[in-house]
Amino acid sequence: MSTPLVEMKNVSIAFGGVRAVDDVSIELHAGEVVGLLGHNGAGKSTLIKMLSGAYKMDAGEIWIEGTRATINSPADSRDYNIETIYQTLALADNLDAASNLFLGRELTTKFGLLDDGKMEAETRKIMARLNPNFKKLKEPVSALSGGQRQSVAIARAVYFNAKILIMDEPTAALGVHETAMVAELIGELKKQGLGIFLISHDTREMMELCDRVAVMKNGQMIGSERVEDVTEDDILSMIILGKNPKAKT
Amino acid sequence: MSDHSPTTPHPKRSLAQTLQVDMRLLGMIGSFFAVCIVFNILTDGRFLTPRNIFNLTIQTVSVAIMATGMVFVIVTRHIDLSVGALLATCTAVMAMTQTQWLPNIVGLELGHPLIPWIAIAAGLITGAAIGAGQGWLIGYQGIPAFIVTLGGLLIWRNVGWWMTDGATIGPLDQTYILFGGIGGTLGVFWSWIVGLVASLAAVFGLWSARRNKVAHGFTVKPIWAEAVVMTLTAGAILGFVAILNAYSVPSRVIARNPELFGCATAEGCTAAYGLPYSVLLLSVVAIVMTVIARRTRLGRYIFATGGNPDAAQLSGINTRLLTVKIFAMVGVLSALAGIVASARLGYHTNDIGTLDELRVIAAAVIGGTALSGGIGTIYGAIIGALIMQSLQSGMAMVGVDAPYQNIVVGAVLVLAVWIDIQYRKRMGAKL
Ligand SMILES: Nc1ncnc2c1ncn2[C@@H]1O[C@H](COP(=O)(O)OP(=O)(O)OP(=O)(O)O)[C@@H](O)[C@H]1O
Ligand SMILES: [Mg+2]
Repeated sequence: MSTPLVEMKNVSIAFGGVRAVDDVSIELHAGEVVGLLGHNGAGKSTLIKMLSGAYKMDAGEIWIEGTRATINSPADSRDYNIETIYQTLALADNLDAASNLFLGRELTTKFGLLDDGKMEAETRKIMARLNPNFKKLKEPVSALSGGQRQSVAIARAVYFNAKILIMDEPTAALGVHETAMVAELIGELKKQGLGIFLISHDTREMMELCDRVAVMKNGQMIGSERVEDVTEDDILSMIILGKNPKAKT
Repeated sequence: MSDHSPTTPHPKRSLAQTLQVDMRLLGMIGSFFAVCIVFNILTDGRFLTPRNIFNLTIQTVSVAIMATGMVFVIVTRHIDLSVGALLATCTAVMAMTQTQWLPNIVGLELGHPLIPWIAIAAGLITGAAIGAGQGWLIGYQGIPAFIVTLGGLLIWRNVGWWMTDGATIGPLDQTYILFGGIGGTLGVFWSWIVGLVASLAAVFGLWSARRNKVAHGFTVKPIWAEAVVMTLTAGAILGFVAILNAYSVPSRVIARNPELFGCATAEGCTAAYGLPYSVLLLSVVAIVMTVIARRTRLGRYIFATGGNPDAAQLSGINTRLLTVKIFAMVGVLSALAGIVASARLGYHTNDIGTLDELRVIAAAVIGGTALSGGIGTIYGAIIGALIMQSLQSGMAMVGVDAPYQNIVVGAVLVLAVWIDIQYRKRMGAKL
């Protein structure tokens, strides 16, 4: 098989005494969607936060396109074309959609001043594609609904031509119709060759969207399987029992 | 992701909405005028005279300059209790530099043209360094700003005392004291020129903002509304200049040195003060700070960090360095305010700037800066400073005793914040 887009090798992190992620290895290929499943507190968000630079891992290595990567900050992660939609959305509530979309990467005029007009125009364009009903461009995002906020967070991740996309429960606040739009978007991005880590608690949705699912429990990796090789029940038992029924004995 | 708000525009739009002026700005200007009118009635018309308006303006400058920096501090959910003490240390440095160190150690004779500028540079560097140091303790060491600057309040007030051996230092350099207010003004002609240039710049700014919006295909307000806003803005600037130009120099002052006012003899000579340099300095500070707040990355990061520090950090913003920069800016502004304050007195005293930290915080908060972070404007803080100063001067003119003055100012501070909270609730915004 080709070199993986991302390879996390034996990564660990502990908070005080809690081993939130314990010696986990996982890979992601271009054009692949890998789903992370597990109970609340299994360590899914923590695992991907090490990739997005929010946390520094205690041990382990990250390889990106075959070379060892050093990710010490969110800015480092962005330099590797990794974009993240955080479970908490990570929006500045007092700023409008455009300011949030470009936060940390503002467009500027030739005098080095913010080009708010250009940023607003770009935001209109991408929102028209992702969520045609989105009209509240001028308001602080605190005035938006959960789903609207989520679409701002998704737009931010999609706009900058990521190679690697991390989506931590992107559909948690979305209605049926909007969830379908995200599913469509994931399919489209996958076709463009992005690698996507997707976290969700909806096993059925994961079976549909992902190429591979990886199950975590208590900070450890239980196993990862191609979706066509397992049934929903197999996955559920992996989540609940913490054992991989497919694993060769 | 659907948007369920009605898409039809509200059929009835108020005048303010059509003009797209900030309601809070109007509210603040309204309360300022209300204060002025009440005192004008209570003082039988002595409050709204060119002379009193002139004095009010120059008395506000020092606190207003620091308040613009306090906005950034409070927006990022910090506080700075040390600005008054910092001001004192900076004025001590500037006073010592111009009266002792440069003449006695470097050997520049008193009155040398470089002296005031070297002194000012020394003050600004001192302010920046102390501010940056405090910012480093807050940002990188994680000590709460309240504690660092409370310590700073005690430290810097007394470092100033130590540097000067507790003595009053003066008289200060003749050029330096031009920044004090009445001693340094532009005169009628140049005040008009500055007023005209400022008006033209404001109109041009509004016009190019409109053109920029049109270029991106955004909706703009009707052209008549634009014209109204332009006229009001230019009118306000020129009106202010006209008032300051109406304050004529008393004949006994002209008699002292008629040449200063462009006359050969004091006979039949008339002159007016016009714009003080200190007010010009405040205007420049206000413009620079507003541009930083609205049009630069630095400003955007300040507001983003105030709105959600975690989000700012996850977006790759170095929030620790940002804290250092903000406190360094406040240090520089305290030094600038110190120039105005000590130049106005003509000397440095130990108690210069005492209680200024409270006035500055109150000005920012009355001007609508939210202590919960993420919200605040530069113009608001300046109007807040003006309101505070008007209350205090007005009460003094009416003959209210100092203790009662403080009671009123304290009550107004609480009331202003309460009104602001009610306003935001009414507007449906999250606090
Ligand atoms: N910043 C932190 N400090 C201390 N403990 C943490 C921190 N972040 C996560 N943890 C702990 O690490 C473990 C894994 O948390 P994580 O957020 O990764 O779970 P998760 O799998 O994403 O759960 P969920 O499905 O609820 O989002 C939990 O026990 C959590 O309490
Ligand atoms: Mg999680």
